[in-house]
Amino acid sequence: MKYMLIIYGNEMVWESLPPDQLSTLIRETDALWTELRRTGEFIGAYGLADQSAAKMVHTNGDGVPAVTDGPFIEAKEYIGSFAIIDVDTEARAYEIAAANPSSRLVGVEVRPVMHEAGEEM
Amino acid sequence: MPVDARAEDLMRELAPKVLGALVRRYGHFDVCEDAVQLALLAAVKQWPADGIPSNPHGWLHIVATRRLIDQLRTDSARRERENLVLASSPPDAFANGPADESSGGTIDDTLQLLFLCCHPALSPPTQLALTLRAVGGLTTAEIARAFFVPEATMAQRISRAKATIVASDSRFETPADDEYQGRLAVVVQVLYLMFNEGYTATGGTELMRPDLSNEAIRLIRVVSGLRPATGEVSGLLALMLLTDARRSARTAADGSLIPLAEQDRSLWDQASIAEGVEIITAALASTRLGPYQLQAAIAAVHDEAPSSMDTDWPQICALYELLERVAPNPMATLNHAVAVAMARGARAGLVMLEPLDDDPRIADHHRLPAVRAHLLELAGDIDGARMNYRLAARRTLSLPERRHLELRAARLT
Repeated sequence: MKYMLIIYGNEMVWESLPPDQLSTLIRETDALWTELRRTGEFIGAYGLADQSAAKMVHTNGDGVPAVTDGPFIEAKEYIGSFAIIDVDTEARAYEIAAANPSSRLVGVEVRPVMHEAGEEM
Repeated sequence: MPVDARAEDLMRELAPKVLGALVRRYGHFDVCEDAVQLALLAAVKQWPADGIPSNPHGWLHIVATRRLIDQLRTDSARRERENLVLASSPPDAFANGPADESSGGTIDDTLQLLFLCCHPALSPPTQLALTLRAVGGLTTAEIARAFFVPEATMAQRISRAKATIVASDSRFETPADDEYQGRLAVVVQVLYLMFNEGYTATGGTELMRPDLSNEAIRLIRVVSGLRPATGEVSGLLALMLLTDARRSARTAADGSLIPLAEQDRSLWDQASIAEGVEIITAALASTRLGPYQLQAAIAAVHDEAPSSMDTDWPQICALYELLERVAPNPMATLNHAVAVAMARGARAGLVMLEPLDDDPRIADHHRLPAVRAHLLELAGDIDGARMNYRLAARRTLSLPERRHLELRAARLT
């Protein structure tokens, strides 16, 4: 079963971290992904650029796209990084989320990924 | 058949025999498995270009044995093993292929390989992946594609699985009779899982490669030919054939699911149905009853019916009653309730669902509200049906199922 682990945050959270804690966080995160590569549970992990680099693309009725800065929604937190894992059980997904050092700081959201298989009904 | 397809079939058929023979002679399942993969890759390159060799089995055996030696040589830490291999090889092992080796032993080698790959120390998905590679002769890339994971991820899983087997010091021999049935049950379960992985995958417009359902049918056929087949092996073969027969009718061109009741039955594969019916009829008459046989018998009743309305629902109800007695499980109860609704009316089916709300194995599963919605729709309770279709749509993790359920809810007015 595939799960997406999502880590939300904002500049305030990350900037409040002392340098040694930040480097520990990065080191532990890297070590976790290395371990998951070894166990064959790792699909991918990505950090996202700062939300100031985010753009919104809207197309109008004629299919003409407009690219604007944004999203500028009043969200307090943004997706900072995400990872996709493929594990045997739901419990294992929670275990991995708990092993992620960000779970101590901001928490890790765990979402099942939908699949393309369908049973005959 | 074009050379490529014929070569591919041959490789799939020969891979477990060659691997089995190497493991039997040299031990070291992990190293032998790598060697056979390398030999298969060589065959993929050479056979289509140069033609299939006159003795493909001997060809693969010789190339795999050479690769085995090469692999041991390149790894100086494994020097000891190399000596072991060389010491246990007869002097002419590399001069002559095993062309004349009787095929009698090789069939049991395949079964022993299946026992190894379905090792109890491995998780079911890992047993499945390893079986596909070692017994099915599929490449890691093909298996990775089938499970929608990166190739590196699958490679790592397979190599860990092999290490687990080596660490558990499994011997390459057929288990004693009392253990045999237990191990065979695991093999059968893994093949069932393999079939379902292939059968339930729709993959949108892109056909799934490799075809796991066909591979599962091929392997269960091999198992059923090994010994006097047990009833459950025959039952599973029949169940696969009878289910697979409906394959081209169960999805629309856009990949959406078509329920059994609405399928175009002229698309069902009559040859598969005839074979499945014949196998299950013989098994039911001569072996001990088991859950796969009963599910196959139910599938046979469906497959022989000209339409949903003209299905022998009382017969299906009776078979589900037997199934619940032999192997009670809430999924069977759900299907039983549908059959009861068709035989005796929607209200009777709905009553059967009530105890499932308190069964922790299924209370939160999307199939419960999906079935309830269907029966409420039949009973004319449109609001109740819509609510339950939506509840099921929110619960499922399958995209085609979610679309199907949302559509059902939207159609109700």
